[in-house]
Amino acid sequence: MTSEDTFTFDGAPIAFRQGWSVGAALTAAGIRSWRTTRHEGRPRGLFCGIGVCFDCLVTVDGETSLRACLLPAAAGAAVTTQHGTGHDDRTC
Amino acid sequence: MTGGEHHPDVVVIGAGVIGAACAHAAASAGLSVVVVDRGPIAGGTTGAGEGNLLVSDKEPGAELDLALLSHRVWRELGALPLRGRTLGAWVELEEKGGLVVASSAATMTSLTELAGHQRAAGVTSVAVPADELPEHEPNLARDLAGGHLYPQDMQLQPMLTAAALLRLARDAGATVLTGEEVTALLRDGDRVTGVRTAVRDLPAGAVVNAAGTWAGQVAALADVAVPVAPRRGFVLVTEPLPTVVRHKVYYADYVADVASDSAGLQSSPVVEGTRAGTVLIGATRERVGFDRSWSPDAVRVLADGARRLFPFLADVSVLRGYRGFRPYCPDHLPVIGPDPRAPGLWHACGHEGAGIGLAAATGLLVGQSLCDRPTELPLHPFRPERFEELPA
Repeated sequence: MTSEDTFTFDGAPIAFRQGWSVGAALTAAGIRSWRTTRHEGRPRGLFCGIGVCFDCLVTVDGETSLRACLLPAAAGAAVTTQHGTGHDDRTC
Repeated sequence: MTGGEHHPDVVVIGAGVIGAACAHAAASAGLSVVVVDRGPIAGGTTGAGEGNLLVSDKEPGAELDLALLSHRVWRELGALPLRGRTLGAWVELEEKGGLVVASSAATMTSLTELAGHQRAAGVTSVAVPADELPEHEPNLARDLAGGHLYPQDMQLQPMLTAAALLRLARDAGATVLTGEEVTALLRDGDRVTGVRTAVRDLPAGAVVNAAGTWAGQVAALADVAVPVAPRRGFVLVTEPLPTVVRHKVYYADYVADVASDSAGLQSSPVVEGTRAGTVLIGATRERVGFDRSWSPDAVRVLADGARRLFPFLADVSVLRGYRGFRPYCPDHLPVIGPDPRAPGLWHACGHEGAGIGLAAATGLLVGQSLCDRPTELPLHPFRPERFEELPA
């Protein structure tokens, strides 16, 4: 792998190969959780792995609620753990 | 149970919210009740519902009277104790109010006129000028001409409601048989004396047809016509969000769509949050028979309409959608009460898109009628034989 094939997860470098999803790269790095549930703060990561369940939501470069299982890993991206709904600024 | 499962006072066909409300009312009145459904609880019409308890979308008349009675009964049912909580808490009953908005000054004028007529019939509403809309709904589009706030509009979760009412009915002695299809009605001449299912005969004092969109087929088993037909609707479900929509919010054009007789695709957005955090986006109306296939056109107009109403939804994902069939009658009124053409048979069906809201009053009226007591509202506008009568 070249040095370009990394993104960061909560600041730590994560290596990936071209074609991997963010969820695959995190899982390959031994990371299984990158979101907490809205009410009880429980850990969540891949569940269905095919874009249906919306359990693996993650924040990438500030964009919230993206499905890690479908999102292609991109060099230099800043992936961060998502807390809450990702749309809490709209609360009224 | 007085008659027991083998000869109950009442068999209710349909374990949706209407059948559950009828079963609960009858069992509470001391009748022995068996509910039978070919599928699971709330597996047909109810399971595809949105949970609207609206008075705001109804013009003065028999349906509005029924809706106002239903709101009173829902409040009473909501306060009933159930397994350590209230029924209302279990079924996510929320008296959140409705906000009907107008996209043009002309629509606002019609809306204000409708609200005036409704007020005379007992509906509370408050006019909201355009510049005050954001105080009520901060995320609402800013290009609207105004709106009316209807504090009486409520919401609940339809499937939980059917299950909770059946739970109370069972606590009062009722039996619920699911996965058992009614294949025939037992007859004695014109009289209906029970039901036959795939596995048993259930003789009964009375049979209630609460088969939702399929109620016409049940009526046909008694050789009577009840012209209930399907009107398809799609609903989109967003990802879970915080409270971003406070009321049930919809465009005033929705009222015209509900009352329309058009067969083509109609859509005016109705948007509301749920306890689970998802936002529901309805509602299309199409007359395409029992076609369950997905319609990209319907989904597109729903999404477009919702984004017009709440622009921030453009940045929100839709998790899934669902669709179902509203049971409509040609005159847009439900069919409630005994059928003189087939004594022993009662109908509780044909509520179109308002069945969740109208269920509580329907159950009450059917229960009163089954006990041969005076009904709280006249059943005449809802009589099943009205479609065969010649115009005066």
